Amino acid sequence: MNHFQNFTKGILKENPVLVLLLGMCPTLGVSTSAINGMGMGLATTFVLVMSNLVISLVKDFIPDKVRIPAFIVIIASFVTIVELVMQGFAPALFEQLGLFIPLIVVNCIVLGRAEAFASKNGVVASIFDGLGMGLGFAFALTILGAIREFLGSGAVFSVKVIPGDLMLVFILAPGAFLVLGYLIAISKKINKTK
Amino acid sequence: MQYIIIIISAIFVNNVVLAQFLGICPFLGVSNKVSTSLGMGAAVIFVITLATIVTWLVQTYVLAPLGIQFLQTIAFILVIAGLVQMVEIILKKVSPALYQALGVFLPLITTNCAVLGVAILTIQKEFNLLQGVVFATATAVGFTLALWIFAGIRENLELMEVPPVMRGIPIALITAGILALAFMGFTGIV
Repeated sequence: MNHFQNFTKGILKENPVLVLLLGMCPTLGVSTSAINGMGMGLATTFVLVMSNLVISLVKDFIPDKVRIPAFIVIIASFVTIVELVMQGFAPALFEQLGLFIPLIVVNCIVLGRAEAFASKNGVVASIFDGLGMGLGFAFALTILGAIREFLGSGAVFSVKVIPGDLMLVFILAPGAFLVLGYLIAISKKINKTK
Repeated sequence: MQYIIIIISAIFVNNVVLAQFLGICPFLGVSNKVSTSLGMGAAVIFVITLATIVTWLVQTYVLAPLGIQFLQTIAFILVIAGLVQMVEIILKKVSPALYQALGVFLPLITTNCAVLGVAILTIQKEFNLLQGVVFATATAVGFTLALWIFAGIRENLELMEVPPVMRGIPIALITAGILALAFMGFTGIV
């Protein structure tokens, strides 16, 4: 498979959220607005690319038996970097995303790609795989966030489109489940007709 | 009194699955049958309580005195992963019956973000050890409650005529949304 395919498969055909159904907790938790979804998606992309890069470099030195703990330590290191950088340079976003930043460690997408792809493939391929998967995740989160923000407050990326409050429930917890449910159904429909 | 408030708010008002979105993977994955949902719930209660005690001790007696709180994420995930492995080994030796009941669920729990989430929340809320334990157990009970109700609904859902594209995860998510709506009714009681 060439690099272009490695890159694009994560965005549509194997979209981690809408098709593989991985990383549900941050997807539901932080998609209250388009900007939050995008911030979370990009933070996860950074962790994915960096951990894929390092893991594909060191994969030959790690004994098979301890590979999962080793992967987790590598991932946790990059999550800590993201945490500190975000706290320093984007404190408002850090406040909004809160608990879900450290929880990138246990995001199944990151460990899943490390185990399924980076531990078996070369450096360049792993970087493209991480980038594609990460951007696919960011894409799904941004869409979900934009829909919820629009239905809930009539705004997209904090720009008011419709004046006044709409259905506030879509910004609250139940809205996350409802919108994601319909989004997955739609993506199933699209993939089937192709 | 403050313990009762912690318990009620952790189980009902801020339900870990339906209001805070932690532990969604097992919530969707093992909620097909009522019996397995209770087994998973029991394993989660056990591990979350234990993990919170250990991570609280690590935070208070190792990370805080050394001033290296920024290593919290790495330290906690290692402690939890090690702990789950250890519990599995010990249970296998000491109580084979309990291992039979909980064993299959234990490896799944390391990747349950509710465990790490509750450990970090306990530190963020500045609970003391007893409050932390009460909070952790109550949160896990809330997880079990949500999982149990959801499994009951899904067993009935199997018998329904659902449009093909909605089958499986989409209808499960919409059901969870309605359940979350019901749990929102608890808002404001504490």
